[in-house]
Amino acid sequence: MRQMCLDMVYELAKEDPRIFFIGSDLGANTLDKFKEEMPRRFLMEGISEANVVGVATGLALEGKIPYVNTIATFITRRCYEQVVLDASLHNVNVRLIGNGGGLVYAPLGPTHLAIEDLAIMRAIPNMTIVAPADADEMRRFMPQTVDHQGPIYIRLGKGYDPIVSDDNVPFEIGKAIPMRQGSDALILTTGITLKTGLEAAGMLEEQSISTGVLHVHTIKPLDVDAILEYCANIRAVVSVEEHTVIGGLGSAVAEIIAEAGFDPAKRFKRVGLPDVFPDQYGSQDSLMERYSITAIEVARVTKGLAEGRPDMAFSIEA
Amino acid sequence: MSASHTGMNSTPSMSPDLDARSLGLRSKMLQTMAAGNRGHLGSAFSLVEILRVLYDEVLRYDARDAKWPGRDRCILSKGHGCIALYVFLAEKGFFPESELNKFCLSDGILGGHPDHKVPGIEASTGSLGHGLPIGLGMAINSRYEGTDSRTFVIIGDGESNEGSIWEAALSAGKHRLSNLTVLVDYNKHQSYSSTLEVQDLEPLADKWEAFGFATAEVDGHDVEALSSVLHNLPINQEKPTAIICHTVKGKGIEFIENDMEWHHKSRISDEELESLYAALGAN
Repeated sequence: MRQMCLDMVYELAKEDPRIFFIGSDLGANTLDKFKEEMPRRFLMEGISEANVVGVATGLALEGKIPYVNTIATFITRRCYEQVVLDASLHNVNVRLIGNGGGLVYAPLGPTHLAIEDLAIMRAIPNMTIVAPADADEMRRFMPQTVDHQGPIYIRLGKGYDPIVSDDNVPFEIGKAIPMRQGSDALILTTGITLKTGLEAAGMLEEQSISTGVLHVHTIKPLDVDAILEYCANIRAVVSVEEHTVIGGLGSAVAEIIAEAGFDPAKRFKRVGLPDVFPDQYGSQDSLMERYSITAIEVARVTKGLAEGRPDMAFSIEA
Repeated sequence: MSASHTGMNSTPSMSPDLDARSLGLRSKMLQTMAAGNRGHLGSAFSLVEILRVLYDEVLRYDARDAKWPGRDRCILSKGHGCIALYVFLAEKGFFPESELNKFCLSDGILGGHPDHKVPGIEASTGSLGHGLPIGLGMAINSRYEGTDSRTFVIIGDGESNEGSIWEAALSAGKHRLSNLTVLVDYNKHQSYSSTLEVQDLEPLADKWEAFGFATAEVDGHDVEALSSVLHNLPINQEKPTAIICHTVKGKGIEFIENDMEWHHKSRISDEELESLYAALGAN
């Protein structure tokens, strides 16, 4: 997914002279072709995220479209005020590409885990947040970033994530994608948890629980209409995210559902990271398992809710 | 004024007396502050001659077409000094002078920090350390496009505590952006106390030199000296410029000079206002 994203930046830049690429201190040979062919639009500004976002904003105020890339933690919380006041207050076309959203950098420990990036970025006016599910979806998404008005945060998965998105479904920023229809339960996903949600829905199908999956690749602006539509006739709703349960997809969906005032009320559960700093190394997958962000857990919770066991809405960590 | 590191010491200089124009501008700033009944007066008064020379003589702009692409970009990164900037922008015709009388009011466009939606304001500032990176991006763009637009960023000495200033300085030095000029309003005071006590910046010019800038030091209230430096930019064709402007916080009204009470002031009494005007020799 990451490679596709950067490849697309290169392809788009070849066609559009407004596009710049700005890195902090990325891996050797990153976007070598870009640097070679368009050296004056390729900037590597060092480990200075505050400066990098400011520079991007200055370029964007002049009509350029800078794609800024570094590790997700550093492009969100390290320079949060620059993201808020420079890119977002000025509402300019800065694109922030965060490597390793979620638990990707598990072996590197909590300093590199972007577990609250969606929450803090979601709180910023004018910000658009997109978490594609895989490289194919990234390919469909990136061309839309060129002329989109305002800043975008692009959350990248690990790379080589299994392809689960549907090539036949057009991608549109802000439009959730119904991946599967169901009449008993609905699972909402974002980023790589689309795969988790689809697997869970498959397991539930085998148990005769008809489960839909709505892929919410755009966390902001949230597709409120689609969420309300797909929740309307379904009692059990579960969100799945590789992110703290505070402030991300689950919180956003909960806000909508609560304010919609469904009667009877939805049975709802957020599956995600508890309110802790992950305390193990290992791999992305092993941390996902440790915190029960798995298809089996999503299926278990969804089944419980669908069968009218509201106790399932309270997990061990809550 | 030699356009090089002059080694001027950091004590307030013997500025020439302020002339009628400088006094009149300060009087208008008092009027602006009075409208909102608040303002960073000391921080704005130290800036007046810097902005005066820029807007009277140096910057290229078209007040009727604030976004004219050929303009020079000027960012007041120490946004809390905005009262001074507003007075110039109004005088030059970027917006009606009547806006000054609505400073910080709900029906006005001018707030306590610069807002990019106001004609003539390039970037919203106020939170410190933002203007220089943004200006750097503009300067990179100008060079990329091959235009002769220049970028000027005015920063404070207290603001120079921010790491982002030095991140940007490193980048500007690396890029050898001779179209970028940083002006440091070095009034030797920040909100709490003197810069010496809070976070000593010395040797300040040496720091900028070490980051790849050509530097000059100048009395920031001496219009002729400022003019001489600013008309001879860049100092070095291969480097960005940093001009250390030695100024006095609250310059022009003796009883507020270097008085931290006047860094920011609200709820200003009629009596205080009267004595401020009187000290300027204005009505």
